[in-house]
Amino acid sequence: MQTTQKAQQEYDKMVKKASPNSPIFTNCLKAFVSGGLICAGGQLLLNLFLDRNFTENEAALCVSITLIGISAVLTALGLYEKLGKFCGAGTIVPITGFANSVVSPAIEFKKEGMVFGMAAKMFLVAGPVIVYGTLTSMLVGLIYFLIGR
Amino acid sequence: MMEFAKAFLVGGLLCVIGQILIDKTKLMSGRILVMYVCLGCILGGLGIYQTLEEFGGAGATVPLTGFGFRLAEGVMKEVDSAGFLGIFTGGMKAAAGGVTAAVFFAFLAALVANPKEK
Repeated sequence: MQTTQKAQQEYDKMVKKASPNSPIFTNCLKAFVSGGLICAGGQLLLNLFLDRNFTENEAALCVSITLIGISAVLTALGLYEKLGKFCGAGTIVPITGFANSVVSPAIEFKKEGMVFGMAAKMFLVAGPVIVYGTLTSMLVGLIYFLIGR
Repeated sequence: MMEFAKAFLVGGLLCVIGQILIDKTKLMSGRILVMYVCLGCILGGLGIYQTLEEFGGAGATVPLTGFGFRLAEGVMKEVDSAGFLGIFTGGMKAAAGGVTAAVFFAFLAALVANPKEK
């Protein structure tokens, strides 16, 4: 009796693992499609800017600025949050997610004042990103200075 | 057409990794962004991310790892031209465009939009 129960449990586990509808699988699929679409859109923009004789660096910056602008509009309309609920990491990981993390608290906290509300809370997530990004870039720069050149 | 498929694939996979991290480790999205920037920066410093960019195009540069990658490229270029001081200026210079755009658009958005009722 005990062995059949055990077998049943094992079987349940296996079903759970293999079932394509487990939330993590669906979440990953949503993230893959939505994130992939944002990046394909970025590629479209990149090609447009490259066609207009921007250098590669300039074109990449133009793409970032455009995507940040689009994300700001969607965030202001309250649409980015709705998208985010469905797409998960697909809308967090691209630069549009970074922009959302700046724009969203700026709107949310403006009632606490333009200095310590809007301006300060703007960097709630972007602050740590900039801090650790800068520190990592210094480390990379230092190592490159010492042994890379 | 092929480059769109590659951008879709690379960008999509980077997002899937983020999703797995969120689902399996309960990491907050802010921590994921920090991780991605640092990771992109380190991979850029090691010269690995360049290969990913060549293959994936915007699929590699649009995710936040691409932002970190740009920091690494910026700091190395600056060290080439300015020497030791480049360590202090390169990263921030590379980040300037993106950060300024985010600040500008966030300011505009905060002027015109009001928080949604939850």
